[in-house]
Amino acid sequence: MPRRTMVEAIRDAMDVAMQRDDNVVVFGEDVGYFGGVFRCTQGLQQKFGASRCFDTPISELGIVGAAVGMAAYGLRPCVEIQFADYMYPAYDQIVSEAARLRYRSNGQFTAPMVVRMPTGGGIFGGQTHSQSPEALFTHVAGLKTVVPSNPYDAKGLLIASIEDNDPVIFLEPKRLYNGPFDGHHERPVTPWARHPLGEVPEGHYTVPLGKAAVRREGAAVTVLAYGTMVFVAEAAVQETGIDAEIIDLRTLVPYDLDTIAASVEKTGRCVVVHEATLTSGFGAELSALVQENCFYHLEAPVVRVTGWDTPYPHAQEWDYFPGPARVGRALKAVMEA
Amino acid sequence: MPDAKPLSFQVPAPAVRPGGTPDFSDVQISRAGEVRRPEVDAAPEDIRDLAYAIIRVLNRESEAVGPWAGLLSDAELLEGLRHMMTLRVFDARMQMAQRQGKTSFYMQHMGEEAVSCAFRKALEPGDMNFPTYRQAGLLIAGGYPMLDMMCQIYSNELDPMKGRQLPVLYSAREHGFFSISGNLATQFIQAVGWAMASAMKRDTRIAVGWIGDGSTAESDFHAGLVFASTYKAPVVLNIVNNQWAISTFQGIARGGSGTFAARGLGFGLPALRVDGNDYLAVHAVAKWAIERARRNLGPTLVEYVTYRVGAHSTSDDPSAYRPKTESDAWPLGDPVLRLKGHLILRGIWSEERHKQAEAEILAEVIAIQKEAESHGTLHSGPHPSARDMFEGVYEQMPPHLRRQRQQAGV
Repeated sequence: MPRRTMVEAIRDAMDVAMQRDDNVVVFGEDVGYFGGVFRCTQGLQQKFGASRCFDTPISELGIVGAAVGMAAYGLRPCVEIQFADYMYPAYDQIVSEAARLRYRSNGQFTAPMVVRMPTGGGIFGGQTHSQSPEALFTHVAGLKTVVPSNPYDAKGLLIASIEDNDPVIFLEPKRLYNGPFDGHHERPVTPWARHPLGEVPEGHYTVPLGKAAVRREGAAVTVLAYGTMVFVAEAAVQETGIDAEIIDLRTLVPYDLDTIAASVEKTGRCVVVHEATLTSGFGAELSALVQENCFYHLEAPVVRVTGWDTPYPHAQEWDYFPGPARVGRALKAVMEA
Repeated sequence: MPDAKPLSFQVPAPAVRPGGTPDFSDVQISRAGEVRRPEVDAAPEDIRDLAYAIIRVLNRESEAVGPWAGLLSDAELLEGLRHMMTLRVFDARMQMAQRQGKTSFYMQHMGEEAVSCAFRKALEPGDMNFPTYRQAGLLIAGGYPMLDMMCQIYSNELDPMKGRQLPVLYSAREHGFFSISGNLATQFIQAVGWAMASAMKRDTRIAVGWIGDGSTAESDFHAGLVFASTYKAPVVLNIVNNQWAISTFQGIARGGSGTFAARGLGFGLPALRVDGNDYLAVHAVAKWAIERARRNLGPTLVEYVTYRVGAHSTSDDPSAYRPKTESDAWPLGDPVLRLKGHLILRGIWSEERHKQAEAEILAEVIAIQKEAESHGTLHSGPHPSARDMFEGVYEQMPPHLRRQRQQAGV
């Protein structure tokens, strides 16, 4: 089976979706001729023509607003916001329009569209190229929010998102584009070619939205993670020797409560990790869900390991990023509680 | 800079506020028939003057004059008058129903009826409007059932939106009427997106974006113009300048720019200004812009100069921010009276027939209203179920919503 980077897997997903359905169109800033600043759309304009894949003015509001109109027409736009940090001008179109169109028109108009955006830190991008704004989407009724952690899932989840009849926010952890990253920034980059989840089947397949994956089975503690933090958690588990069960949520909304609850009921302990800031982060929701649904199985309080409540800094990137050492300390603390 | 004088901050203000004498002397009005009618494929740079003039057909003597006249038959004009009269009666009844507590909110069109009623008649089936809340004439003139409109306003058991939307935020896909958001201006760029899609699919349908003078200040307006001009989208972009954004006069959004239409010039768009209270002029300009879009000649920006005679909504009192008699002083008159005068002059209408038509329309609207109320009003009678509240958030209800619906016990 071919090994692909996450960038290639994402590109392949759009390629497959565009071949299967003429209504799938791809556009965004630098997306057409150049193929995107991260190269995710490279070759698509050449292959499908400029009316299926094209460049847009620098207007996130315009990109998403036009996509809502196109979706209402009957297309399936899959648009790129160059960095998740740039999505704020489009937020009204996402929240008030795409998310609510089906509801407010009682299904007369829908917004089957995907808004892709690179998310997260680890590339020395400073405060405007490193944010993880997933909680700003998970809080919105009518949106689905997806965060893949590897090439196999990225392709299958993106095809599923494009085929979904509701608007999907597809957050691509940019530090994972070229290889799994476990937070050990001082070590050489591992390429996807050496990781089993870099094996990406040819052609069409989907990974269903709303289903988590158990990345590592374990009995001692459940780690709830998504995106880059899945690999950080794996490193922390390896380094502490704690027999943790690592759950990769993959879809944040709708979330897979069955998988989460089954694991916590088994382990009795839970650590929630994400890169985004702590307060009102998606970890708060996960923590509350575990408390509400698994309280009588818990041996210890749920602990969150997240980015600090500061803007994402530049020079202090590795002080901010919740790396394996911090996750490892949390695992130990939960085990000792 | 030791010699620099202190700067001064400037806030535009309307000529008159309550207590003052209405003054529209600054509104430059072209004579009816005076503004030229360029070919539909005219180059935008050759018709820049149209962004500053006002295209008018009906003169003070009620005659239809000039190059934009002569497009409508007697029957079409009579129908147009009936649509405007119907919208006015509909508004009066719904305004009253709100005062009687039968619904929470209403927005009327008084003075602006010609804009949406006349525009609608220039469209073809399949074309899509992205309206604001003050274009119900698109529905009335398009034959959408008033019963459905009222049931929406009452949020009753027959509400096509199942009680989810504020009154008047209709949606009528089959009638070319996109779901109204309630957040201003968002629809403007969506109309451009819809039009881009139509062009991508080599369709023949066009889109129409609507916006008010006040909300041209939103970024969505700018994005709409950028995308429309970049991709030459088959879209007509309509600005309804009714002079007032709730209590804020149009000069706050317009600032130092000459006109709202002139905003299009920097984008290389043909930009026209039209007398929004002149049914014939609105229709003629609509036809021109729609043909342009249909012939793949690209977008057109149109400003309708009109006046909001009524309050913004049932939640504000205009006498708090403008002279009570200001609407009487509005120099472009009343759209219903102007078309009525023209039809009488044409010899196809009379005062008696007008009175009779008013009575007929009132009876018709009251009968429909009774039927609508038999299906419930906001606070009494049958209404959408609490269970409906959980439907349609997603195509398939996800587990967390299912659990919440169970918790709600519905």
